[in-house]
Amino acid sequence: MLGYTITQWLFGILSFLAIMFALMVVFTRNPINSVLYLVLTFFCIAGHYLLLNAQFLAVVHIVVYAGAIMVLFLFVIMLMNLNQDTEPQKTVISKVVAAIAGGLLLFVMVGALRGSEQLQIKQYGHSDIGLVKNLGNVLFHDFLFPFEIASVLLLAAMVGAIMIGKKEIK
Amino acid sequence: MNATNTPMDYLPIVMMFLVAFGFVATTMFLTHKLGPKRKTKIKLESFECGIHSEGNARLPFSVKYFLVAILFVLFDVEVIFMYPWAVNFKDLGLPGIIEVFSFIILLLVGFYYLLAKKALRWED
Repeated sequence: MLGYTITQWLFGILSFLAIMFALMVVFTRNPINSVLYLVLTFFCIAGHYLLLNAQFLAVVHIVVYAGAIMVLFLFVIMLMNLNQDTEPQKTVISKVVAAIAGGLLLFVMVGALRGSEQLQIKQYGHSDIGLVKNLGNVLFHDFLFPFEIASVLLLAAMVGAIMIGKKEIK
Repeated sequence: MNATNTPMDYLPIVMMFLVAFGFVATTMFLTHKLGPKRKTKIKLESFECGIHSEGNARLPFSVKYFLVAILFVLFDVEVIFMYPWAVNFKDLGLPGIIEVFSFIILLLVGFYYLLAKKALRWED
């Protein structure tokens, strides 16, 4: 089909959808809708991971990001008071500052990506390291220490969440 | 030893997503087209019968929900780490069990802390 393989077609469609939904996140006025579009964006990115043969990452991305982190986002939105009358009106100066900051970020990104076409990227073909079984083998042999440290990280996050979020019971 | 798999093996799942989405889209489109619409003021109220609704539904709610959700995410990530272990369970053998159990025990310390702090108790 037009000289493209089916993988290239899928990549194109997924990229288009991901960028579309990402733009919708920014342009919708309702914050709840933004979060829902962000979920769709994450699904598209999970599709990209599948195309890269990183299947474990794809599933984890859907379960943790689209499933759990987005619930947290929704909760944060609902924790805030978003009534029409209490929503703060943005002043002109804050809009100008936001535009300048966003423009600078775009400038930096474009500058960082300039010249990347000259990079020699090694093509390894279909690597199977992203499959669950191979990844488990590597994780439990070569990367055992980081794996155990991850539990300390989770423990710290747990203690921190309880310390901040829980009132002391007398 | 190494498993092989290509992205094309996920084509059935993509098909399933497409069929699920297509079914929902078609039925919703058809019901909107086929069904009669009689919109009256009373029918469009949030609660058609019972107590009259007052005020706004968009009230900020308790931070306790957020605490429960964040703890859920943490244990969710813990279970994700057990998934590659479960797939390789026989190959890893006893060392794998020891590794994962030390991981779980560290998180059980956190779980004990959570219970001791009564973080999941609703009324306070």
